[in-house]
Amino acid sequence: MRELTFLEAIREAMVQEMRRDESVFLIGEDIGVYGGAFGVSLGMLDEFGPERVIDTPISELGIGGAITGAAMTGMRPIGEIMFMDFMTLALDQLVNQAAKLRFMFGGTTKVPFMMRAPIGSGAGAAAQHSQSLENWYVHVPGLKVVMPTTPYDAKGLLIASIRDDNPVIFFEPKLLYKKAKGPVPEELYEIPLGVADVKRKGKDVSIIATGMMVPRSLEAAEALAEEGLDIVVIDPRTLRPLDEETIVKSVMKTGRVLIVHEACKTGGYGGELAAVIAESQAFDYLDAPIVRLAGKDIPIPYNRTLEYNAVPQVENIVAEARKLAKGNV
Amino acid sequence: MSVDKNTRIDWLRQMYTGRAFEEMAEKLYALGKIHGTMHLSMGMEASAVGTIAAIKEGDYILGTHRGHTQLVAYGADLNRMMAEFMGKAAGYCRGRGGSMHIADVPGGYLGAQGIVGGNIPLSVGVGLTIRNRKTDQICVCFFGDGAANEGAFHESLNMAAIWKLPIVFVCENNQYGMSMNIKNAMAIDQISDRAASYGMPGITVDGNDVMAVYEAVGEAIKRARAGEGPSLVENNTYRWRGHSKSDANRYRTKEEIAKWMKKDPIARFQGQMIKEGVLTQAEADQIATDAKEAIESAVKFADASPEPDVSTILEGVYVE
Ligand SMILES: Cc1ncc(C[n+]2csc(CCOP(=O)(O)OP(=O)(O)O)c2C)c(N)n1
Ligand SMILES: [Mg+2]
Repeated sequence: MRELTFLEAIREAMVQEMRRDESVFLIGEDIGVYGGAFGVSLGMLDEFGPERVIDTPISELGIGGAITGAAMTGMRPIGEIMFMDFMTLALDQLVNQAAKLRFMFGGTTKVPFMMRAPIGSGAGAAAQHSQSLENWYVHVPGLKVVMPTTPYDAKGLLIASIRDDNPVIFFEPKLLYKKAKGPVPEELYEIPLGVADVKRKGKDVSIIATGMMVPRSLEAAEALAEEGLDIVVIDPRTLRPLDEETIVKSVMKTGRVLIVHEACKTGGYGGELAAVIAESQAFDYLDAPIVRLAGKDIPIPYNRTLEYNAVPQVENIVAEARKLAKGNV
Repeated sequence: MSVDKNTRIDWLRQMYTGRAFEEMAEKLYALGKIHGTMHLSMGMEASAVGTIAAIKEGDYILGTHRGHTQLVAYGADLNRMMAEFMGKAAGYCRGRGGSMHIADVPGGYLGAQGIVGGNIPLSVGVGLTIRNRKTDQICVCFFGDGAANEGAFHESLNMAAIWKLPIVFVCENNQYGMSMNIKNAMAIDQISDRAASYGMPGITVDGNDVMAVYEAVGEAIKRARAGEGPSLVENNTYRWRGHSKSDANRYRTKEEIAKWMKKDPIARFQGQMIKEGVLTQAEADQIATDAKEAIESAVKFADASPEPDVSTILEGVYVE
C-alpha cells in the first residue's frame, strides 16, 4: 500500500469527503493560499474555491459559532483552529451552544460539525501554543473527542468524524504531521468512533497512551522487549466515547497498567482512565496500583531542555513501565 | 511639535537597534541556535519607536508577538532580551517565555503576547488600576490589524470608553494578519473608523513616519492623562519578512514587498535628518555600527549565560 504522512492523510480525508458531499466545507484562519499554519490544507483552495475553503479573520469565537449555526441548518462544516490553545476563544460556542443544543431543544436539532486543531508541545512555541487541554472537552456531554496517532487512523477517524451527526473535536498531535508516515488506503473508509486500537500486544504491562505518547510508548515497549518484557500499548483513539471494554480486558490480562498522556497530570484524562479501570471488574485483577505518567503541572516552557522535561519522554516511559513490570511500584 | 536633535538621534538609534536585533535573530535561527519560531517587525520600526517615544517613565505598555522593537524602544536591557530569545536563565523570563513572551513587568512592559488580541482586555484592567491610584499614568496597548477582529478588541474598547480609562490603543496595521490582507478581513477602509463605534477619537497615520506616529500618539496620551479617556491610533506600516519562520509569502507579491521596502522608516528618518543638516552620513553610519555592536555583545552575553536548571522547572506557577 502507498504511504502517506499524518498530514497528507488528514488532507486526503477532507478532500475526498468534500468531493463526495457538497455540504462539507472547511473554515478557519489562513487555510486558503497559506494552506494552514502547518500546511494541512495546502492546495484545497485551488480545488474547492473560496466558498468551500473559507479563510476567516482572526475570530475564533466566530468560527465556533459559524460551524455550529451551519451544522444546525444542514451543513457538515469542518472548522480549523490554528492551535488548540486558541480554541479557548471559541469555547462559549462549543460548550454552551454546540454541545447542548440537541438536548436543550428536546432532540429537535443536531450539530454535525467537526473542529480540528493541532495539539501538544515540542515545537518550541512556549506556553500559549503548546497545550494539551483535550480533557476540557471530554468533560462536556454532547461533544465527542478524537485524537488519532497514525496516518491510517487519522484518515478513517476523520471521515467518521465528518459523517458523525454530533459535534466532534479532533486533535492532531502536531509533531506527527510530517514525522508519522504509514500505509493509507486510497479509498474512503471509516474507523468508528469509540473503538480503541491495540497498537502492540503483550502480557506484562498494559500501557494506555494518548496522542504523542502512543509512538513514544511503542518505542519504549521495543526497548523493554530487549530486556525480555512484553508490553501492551493501547491507543483509545477516541477519548469520548471511550472504548472501556478493550482497556478493561487488557488490564485483566496483564494486571498492571501505566497510563501515559502529555497533558498536565492534575485533572487530566488519566484520572478518568484510572477511575474507569478501578470501577471495572479489572480491579480484582490488578497486581499493582494504577500508575499515571503525565505532563508536569506547569505551563510549557520555551527553553528546549525545560520543554523536553515538561512532558513524558521515551526514557520516562521505559523507567515507569519497567518498575511496574518488576513490581517495584 | 518640535523635538530636539539628541532625542531624534535616540529614536534613530532605537530603530537601528531593533533592526539589528532582528537581523541577528534571523542569523541565530539559521544557525539552529533558536528553537521554535519568531515574528520579525523589520520595516515597522517607526511605529514602535514613535509610539513609545511619546510615553514617560511609569507608564505601562502591553506588547505583541511582534514586539522586539517595542522592547528596544522601551529601553529593555539588550543582554537580557537576547538571553530570553535564546532561552537562557539570565533572560527576562528565565528562559521560560522566549521571543513571543519577553516581558519586564516591574519596569512597565507588561509582556509580549502569543494570543492575538489577548493583551487588549488586560489594558482595561491596567486602566482601572491607574484610575484607582489617581495618578497621571497611561497605558499603551499595541496590537495588529488582525487582532482588531477578535471579540476582545470590541469589548475592551467599549469598556475603556465608558469608563474613560487612560489607554491609547495602538494598532500596528501592517496590512496582513498572517496571510489575510486587511481588505479581506474587514469591510471598512480604516481600522481607526472603528473608534467611532465606541465614542473615542480614532486617527490613522503614516506608520513609517516616526514623527507622525509620535505626534498622533502624543495627542492621544495628552487626552488620556487629562482624564478625557482612550483613543485609537492606527499606524499604517508593513512587515518586510514573512509572518513567522514558516512562511512562503504565497499571499503577496515580490513587487509589493519591494515597494514597501523602499519606504524604509529608518532610511527615511535618517535622510530627513541629514537633509536638515542635524546629522551627517558619518554619524548615521556610526549609529548603525554601534547598534550592531550592541547586539553582538548581547549575543556574547547570552551565549555565555547558563541554561536554566532543570531542577527549577516547577518553580513560578504559583506565588508561594
Ligand atoms: C487567538 C489567536 N489566534 C490566532 C493566532 C495565530 N496568529 C499568530 S499571529 C497571527 C496574525 C496576527 O495578525 P496581526 O494582529 O495583524 O499582527 P501581525 O502578525 O500582522 O503583526 C495569527 C493569526 C494566535 N496566535 N492567537
Ligand atoms: Mg498585521
